[in-house]
Amino acid sequence: MSDATRDGLRLEGLVVSHGGHRLLAIDDHVRPGEVLTVMGPSGSGKSTLLSVIVGTVDPAFAVRGRVRLDGRDLTGVPPEGRRIGILFQEELLFPHLSVGGNLAFGLPPDLRGRAARQARIEAALEEVGLTGFAGRDPATLSGGERARVALMRMLLSEPRALLLDEPFSRLDAALRAQVRDLVFAAARARGLPTLLVTHDATDAAAAGGRVFEIGVPVASG
Amino acid sequence: MMVSPMKTLLAATLLLLAGPLPAAAQAAPDPADWDGVLREARGQTVYWNAWGGSSQVNEHIEWAAREVHERFGVTVEHVKLADTADAVSRVIAEKAAGQDQDGAVDLVWINGENFAAMKEQDLLFGPWAEALPNWRYVDVEGKPAVTADFTVPTEGLEAPWGMAQVVFYYDTARVEDPPRTFGGILDWAKANPGRFTYPQPPDFLGSTFLKQALIGLAPDPSVLSGPVGEANYEKVTAPLWAFMEELTPVLWRSGRAYPQSGPRQVQLMADGEIDMAISFNPNEASAAIANSELPETVRTFVLDGGTIGNASFLAIPYNASAKAGAMVVANFLMSPEAQARKQDPTRWGNGTVLALDKLSPEDRARFDALELGVATLSPEELGATLPEPHPSWMVRLEEDWVARFGVAE
Amino acid sequence: MSLGEAAAGGASSTPGRRLRLLPWAPLLTILAMLAPVAFGLGGTLLPALGWLPALGGHGIGLDAFRDLVAWPGFPRAATLSLTTGFAATAVSLALVCLVCAGWQGTRAFTFVQRALSPLLSVPHAAAAFGIAFLVAPSGWIARALSPWLTGWERPPDLLIVQDPYGLAMIAGLVAKEVPFLLLMTLSALGQVRSGQSVMVAQALGHRRTTAWLKIVLPQVYVQIRLPVYAVLAYSMSVVDVAIILGPNTPPTLSVQVVRWMSDPDLAFRFQAAAGAVAQLALVVAGLAVWRLLEFAAARAGRRWIERGGRGCGDAALRAAGLAAAILVSLAIGLGIAGLAVWSVAGFWTFPNLLPDSLTWRGWARHGPEILSAASETVIIAGAATSIALFLTLASLEAEHRHGLRPTRRALWLLYIPLIVPQVAFLTGLQTLALSTGLAGGRVAVILAHLVFVLPYVFLSLSAPWRAWDARHATVARALGSGPDRVLWRVRLPMLLRPILVAAAVGFAVSVGQYLPTLLVGAGRVETLTTEAVALAAGGDRRIIGAYALAQTAAAFLPFAVAILLPRLLWRNRKGLGHV
Repeated sequence: MSDATRDGLRLEGLVVSHGGHRLLAIDDHVRPGEVLTVMGPSGSGKSTLLSVIVGTVDPAFAVRGRVRLDGRDLTGVPPEGRRIGILFQEELLFPHLSVGGNLAFGLPPDLRGRAARQARIEAALEEVGLTGFAGRDPATLSGGERARVALMRMLLSEPRALLLDEPFSRLDAALRAQVRDLVFAAARARGLPTLLVTHDATDAAAAGGRVFEIGVPVASG
Repeated sequence: MMVSPMKTLLAATLLLLAGPLPAAAQAAPDPADWDGVLREARGQTVYWNAWGGSSQVNEHIEWAAREVHERFGVTVEHVKLADTADAVSRVIAEKAAGQDQDGAVDLVWINGENFAAMKEQDLLFGPWAEALPNWRYVDVEGKPAVTADFTVPTEGLEAPWGMAQVVFYYDTARVEDPPRTFGGILDWAKANPGRFTYPQPPDFLGSTFLKQALIGLAPDPSVLSGPVGEANYEKVTAPLWAFMEELTPVLWRSGRAYPQSGPRQVQLMADGEIDMAISFNPNEASAAIANSELPETVRTFVLDGGTIGNASFLAIPYNASAKAGAMVVANFLMSPEAQARKQDPTRWGNGTVLALDKLSPEDRARFDALELGVATLSPEELGATLPEPHPSWMVRLEEDWVARFGVAE
Repeated sequence: MSLGEAAAGGASSTPGRRLRLLPWAPLLTILAMLAPVAFGLGGTLLPALGWLPALGGHGIGLDAFRDLVAWPGFPRAATLSLTTGFAATAVSLALVCLVCAGWQGTRAFTFVQRALSPLLSVPHAAAAFGIAFLVAPSGWIARALSPWLTGWERPPDLLIVQDPYGLAMIAGLVAKEVPFLLLMTLSALGQVRSGQSVMVAQALGHRRTTAWLKIVLPQVYVQIRLPVYAVLAYSMSVVDVAIILGPNTPPTLSVQVVRWMSDPDLAFRFQAAAGAVAQLALVVAGLAVWRLLEFAAARAGRRWIERGGRGCGDAALRAAGLAAAILVSLAIGLGIAGLAVWSVAGFWTFPNLLPDSLTWRGWARHGPEILSAASETVIIAGAATSIALFLTLASLEAEHRHGLRPTRRALWLLYIPLIVPQVAFLTGLQTLALSTGLAGGRVAVILAHLVFVLPYVFLSLSAPWRAWDARHATVARALGSGPDRVLWRVRLPMLLRPILVAAAVGFAVSVGQYLPTLLVGAGRVETLTTEAVALAAGGDRRIIGAYALAQTAAAFLPFAVAILLPRLLWRNRKGLGHV
């Protein structure tokens, strides 16, 4: 890999506005393996920032500046081409697919052959301590299990960056630390630039990286 | 894009209603060349629009459809109408839209005012009926109704296929001796309030009840064969309306509701709501008994002095798409075989239009073999048929009835 | 759903050529619904003003309206249209409010919901036939009570069905509209946090029913206003129910218009068109009056709230609401059961509760006809529903992909075909169908059905579609799936049940259509509904029973599939929430 491909996530002069109101502005560089925590009260545009980066922003928002991932300009690239993984507060496992089906969904198509794909899924489940869970209905899993499946599903799609939208806030305290450590460890091990959005100070502290505060909430609804 | 949809729409609608476009002349089949007609008919589909309110009738039509398909390769689709006027309005709508060929109606079961209207509007194909091979068996001499539809000359524009006569049926379990005059009917109804009714005009059977009553009550029924005139209408109908004013309060539901068709009366009698009803089919009671629709105690009677009889016909609209096929179907329905089957009381029991003395011995045997149904009168008992009044009387009677009784309360 | 927005959205944010078509889906949907209505209205209005050259009408004038007013039955027919429409709507709305107010959140409410929901699919004509047999003097109720209680050995001469006031017709309409309004209210209740509001009000000392009427009703009514208008417009102009249960001395205006349309005297065509326009005007006036009543009711309601009374008669109101709901489901349920018994009845004397003998003869004899009408019904309903479903899904997906916002105006557009009286535009549409060469064909009937199927499919699918958590799509796309794969592999499977339910609703709507099939089908297209209503005049309850039963089955079976199929397919997937 060349230097350019290990450049990380750059937010270059990013300004998001809505109906003429400036919502947020950020200019930053998240290096591979680094976690940038974005904090701010609700309504401050944290989730909008994530949707800009992932490429699903509502056309009602005006976006200036650009997002680069490993040197590549993502402007105009659809979400499926960006190679940015995202985890939400809820796990959002697809309820109509089995656990294995959920993992297979994100597995790149260039991994061919039923057996090979199944083996990859089994290995992934083993990695997070869920051996033999492939046939299970996601609705029957515990909260911690679901979180681990969601994480694995995202990692199997081989992202180059990671976005976390308050992913731990629904878990109880014990589970929360456990899952948080698992996620950050995985991100560091793979050298993923990570952007964590949260309003929880302990999450920010656990991330251990820089903290970016988004300003006052915009009054308009 | 949204410039002015209303304007476009208006223009399109105007274009639509601008009237018939000149239609390419279409070579009409000639019944005189019957082999040519048969050739042309093979493979055609005939949409036969016929009243579909009676299962016996529908079954006969299905039978005819099967036979015609087997013998002549003509497919018949029975378009079941609630009212024959639906087919007439269909043809009218087609003419309005300029569809002068390939119309939706190929053959229509018709008579009376519907025929008069279509004839007057030039909506009929023909003449053709009197050139059909089976016309030679038709009882033109003995049954004047086959060439004069409600006094309007048919002029070969429609082919007769059945005879009907007004009868009444009653339940012997509840009525010992049914009345045979209109005076008697009134007395009986007063003595048994709520147990008699008639279909609501302008249903054809309801209108027939009015005409039958008019014939029975008018001072001089002979004026009815001519068109109605302002001068005589009031005088001729005065006794009728006086009778109706007296009868209505003692009718079923006090005359505030009426059955909407003849067959509806069958259900009412089966439920025990009414004891007496009018019918245009001498075999209706027998057939209904056979179908468990009426109790076995029901019998038929006619009025003193005779009841109205008429013929029903088959006509081909001017823009029919399968004229040859339609002629083949009409000719088959006039055949001794089909006519005898239709007269079978266990099937439909509808009277024939043929003259039995014109038939071959084998064909006549078909008719001789028929047995009367349990509640069917013999031809002698049915007695003389009275001619229908001129259609214009029916129109006036219906209008007047609606104004007097149809919007009651 | 502004069309300009749709087109612009497509140009700016969708790469790839194939998807360019998608932004046009909302426009196509609107056209499929509204173009026939607009054309039909034009085709009705012109003859009403005297313009129908094929029949010699070239002038523009008001003669047709003069003839209309000269018809002796006009005042009563027009009044009937108003009174039956208002009574049916007001009673239905009141019953739904009482049931929700008194019982929302209780087990009884769940029961009522379960009892009433299936009735939604029962076609109007079948329900009307069933109720007619139930309440007639020779019907099941009279039979059940005779002769031991009433002493009736023969049916009494009572004017119950087809009464001049239209009471039987109102009853039939109420029985069918209560389930519809209840379902609409239920989906609105979810949006206004009704349960919490009522608890707060109860904490302030209000009784349950009073609390609901004061707090929840004003919020819910805003949500169900359009469905209420649709019910009002429908009830004022319905034809099939009026033919079966309505009066005939004179009939309602719509029925009379249909009769004039089929009068052999061509002059009545103009009068029919004028009558159709008058019917439209009546409905518009009726809606305006209803709107005024809304204001008046809101005002009275505010005063009632300000007076601060805590309400009384709560128990009586609750009991009445529940009793009425049970009555409605019993009426239709027993009615259908009665039809089933009649379809196998031999001779059946009054006052016997059951037939004197049973026979399959009716079914055997009419089986082939019923089967052919049923297959025609299924083909038409299947085609109309498929097209409607396709257009709806395409529109909703376009909305999702291009960030279009559904507006209040778009909702109104959906309701136009449900509010404009059918007689007002179908008569004109008949001429249109002829001129396009689609005359009398199945295709024309399918397109005519689409006008009514589309709004219902759209209305029933749009809520669950929009409620779907779009973050599933974000996750799926971040996992490397394009929008098409997200649609086919994630969204459609997850929404399988609402999609099937919407299809079942559309199917049932198509099965129940009478006037569009009759008028646009040129009489050549025979569905179970047109056959059943045509037989209504004949009155043989055996045949009517068989047809109405087949009609009900055709409308009901798709619902069963919509409920059972997802359960079967997703039997191991609790997360889809229907185990």
